[in-house]
Amino acid sequence: MSRPEGIQLMEGNHACAWGAIDAGARFYAGYPITPSSEIAEVCARELPAYGGTYIQMEDEIGSMAAIVGASLSGKKSFTATSGPGFSLMQENLGVGIYQEVPCVVVNIQRVGPATGLATQPAQADVMQARWGTHGDHPIIVLCPATVQEMYDFTIRAFNLAERFRTPVILLSDQVVGQTYENISLPDPASLKLVTRKKPGVPPEEYLPYQPDENLVPPMAAYGDRHILHASSTCHCETGYSNFKYGTNRQLLTRLKDKIYNYLDEIIEVEHFGPEDADVTLVSFGSASRVCKYLVGEAEKEGIRVNLLRLITMWPFPDQEVQKALANTGACVVAEMNQGQVINEVNRVNTTNTPVHLASGIDGELIRPEIIMTSIREAVK
Amino acid sequence: MTKTENKDVVIHIDETLCKRCGFCIEFCNTKVYEADQDGLPLIKNLDQCTNCRLCELRCPDFAIKVEVVNNE
Amino acid sequence: MAVKLSYREYFKEEALPLMWCAGCGNGILLRAITDALADLEIPPHQVVVSTGIGCWGKADDYMKTHGFHGSHGRALAFGTGIKLGNPDLHVIALMGDGDALAIGGNHFIHAARRNIDITAIISNNFTYGMTGGQYSPTTPLSYKTTTSPIGVAEPAFDVCSLSEECGANYVARSTVYHVTQLKRFIAAAIQKKGFNVVEAINTCPTHFGRRNIPGDTVEMMNYVKEISISKSRYEKLDEEEKAKHLVTGELVNRDRPDFLSVYREINPAASETGRGEGK
Ligand SMILES: Cc1ncc(C[n+]2csc(CCOP(=O)(O)OP(=O)(O)O)c2C)c(N)n1
Ligand code: SF4
Ligand code: SF4
Ligand code: SF4
Repeated sequence: MSRPEGIQLMEGNHACAWGAIDAGARFYAGYPITPSSEIAEVCARELPAYGGTYIQMEDEIGSMAAIVGASLSGKKSFTATSGPGFSLMQENLGVGIYQEVPCVVVNIQRVGPATGLATQPAQADVMQARWGTHGDHPIIVLCPATVQEMYDFTIRAFNLAERFRTPVILLSDQVVGQTYENISLPDPASLKLVTRKKPGVPPEEYLPYQPDENLVPPMAAYGDRHILHASSTCHCETGYSNFKYGTNRQLLTRLKDKIYNYLDEIIEVEHFGPEDADVTLVSFGSASRVCKYLVGEAEKEGIRVNLLRLITMWPFPDQEVQKALANTGACVVAEMNQGQVINEVNRVNTTNTPVHLASGIDGELIRPEIIMTSIREAVK
Repeated sequence: MTKTENKDVVIHIDETLCKRCGFCIEFCNTKVYEADQDGLPLIKNLDQCTNCRLCELRCPDFAIKVEVVNNE
Repeated sequence: MAVKLSYREYFKEEALPLMWCAGCGNGILLRAITDALADLEIPPHQVVVSTGIGCWGKADDYMKTHGFHGSHGRALAFGTGIKLGNPDLHVIALMGDGDALAIGGNHFIHAARRNIDITAIISNNFTYGMTGGQYSPTTPLSYKTTTSPIGVAEPAFDVCSLSEECGANYVARSTVYHVTQLKRFIAAAIQKKGFNVVEAINTCPTHFGRRNIPGDTVEMMNYVKEISISKSRYEKLDEEEKAKHLVTGELVNRDRPDFLSVYREINPAASETGRGEGK
């Protein structure tokens, strides 16, 4: 099949795969799991024609490992999965973060733990995406809500991964992944793509973990004359093990700062509805689509509602949420879990704005009625 | 550093790297080495050395270098 | 006269002394690998060592080639991505017996089945050295470890038979005693396309030796030397004696096509360089 062009009716997972290919991904490793498998299927079919490689690994532990390996060999690489597989990826995701390996992990969330209501939607991996791998670490997580965004945010995820030399998670869900919508595919040549910075020094002077002024070290690839030593052991600029007091602090601090010092390049939210409102909805992904619908519905009941949609989930948009809380009467956090984002909202709630939860845990797109009930409660 | 020479072969033993495992002493076919009280190999019978270099290859700590010196 | 490359081109001499115990054979294995690379004259930047976690998994810190050190049991999975990301590389996975065959067993059997072009060098010291000498999938039945104080109740894997069954192209077993043979097998494995396994029977005097072999580091090495025999000698033994020995030698040498060759044949659009752009 040749690349679809222009306006197309497309499934979210297909849009994600084409976004990756257009972003320059040339390596996919994965293990089948519903509701994500179409991403693998498109890659298996399309990557060879782009000089790329698809491999079906024996499990998601191996899939995560393989994309880290391929990225170190110079290829933009990614994988896609759902909760059970995302759980298995966690240890090697941590390896990728610690070794500063650009790559993209797509999680099309479903109900869990384990088989749960396979393969119905949920948004319950928010905290796992943040803290699933052990140890201190930063992470960038984006949440698409439409098929168009499955395409656009996949490209953005690759760009952020390459810019910051770090794994980026595209945290989607079954509804967004398997919905068909019209999307507009740009001319690939018109896309602004970011590629990791290569070393600017001769091979004998190259230190693979010596950061630039933006705290990101230029990255050689395996096979280059610049020798690359990537280790999950505490390392200094050389990449080799270093257990001196202070080395780990220095490394962990830089890993955090290289991202948290540049939040303006990462954080993105969407404001929807009237500027001043009685109730502000905070939501993301498929649940935010229901919220958009409810802005109009609530108006009919005489309640002024607006929406703050979190596009970047992690790092959490502290300032944006704080500001929204300060400018509203009450807040309803709508999420398809038992309350994960609401804890973050409360963490930044310096104005003591009342915050309510609308929780959809029924293995379907959250029903408008659940959110409406919380809205009515909030204005009581 | 012990350095003993016969006409063809020089053996260097880096005492700081040697962990006294005894492999070189035990497994040299011609019994070139003897242990001191500490277990450090001493080169006792260099003239029996066949220059097989197995002691170098079998030293787990890269402490032995067997070198052939060309006297011509 | 052409100057032969030295193992020092690959071995990170400035990292000495090695972290391993007195009489640990890891250093011997490391020397054999770096000697083999020097014999083959492969430029260091065309080699990636991908190590597992364990005592042997520390070997990347002593190598001047490209290096990768990831997570326990996954050296082959990372290595698979490394190889497919740049097929021109020589990828060498260095794994302990626990690393390769317990936690990493699934990757191992599938790497062999796929016949991915990676050289796997397994240090088999019959135990989990790094974590204090617990039993591993290669600890011989009834031998003592910290988690089998009276004797292990599980039979051991035969690493080479397993590799052969799963489809490896080249399978050889040697020991850290038989150093010239060991180096020869490693060189052959690196040169050959496909999934190639060298099992190096290794010493762990600190844990395995202390609990099972009376005597010191030298007796540990003697044990390794004595349990390892050639195929012809092995075949003359009775069953009881056979169970106490391991066959050394080149046990498999065949030419199944490797994963990438088959993949490219089936997907002709996949370009040789991996960089070509399609439509
Ligand atoms: C996921 C995980 N589980 C357990 C460990 C702890 N661990 C580190 S090394 C090791 C075993 C190493 O044994 P082996 O692979 O035989 O290598 P050796 O140390 O003997 O060289 C274990 C269990 C770990 N690092 N990661
Ligand atoms: S083999 Fe090496 S470490 Fe062992 S005793 Fe001899 S010199 Fe020392
Ligand atoms: S080179 Fe051979 S003969 Fe000479 S000391 Fe070493 S092991 Fe013995
Ligand atoms: S514990 Fe065993 S395997 Fe580990 S370094 Fe010591 S002797 Fe070697």
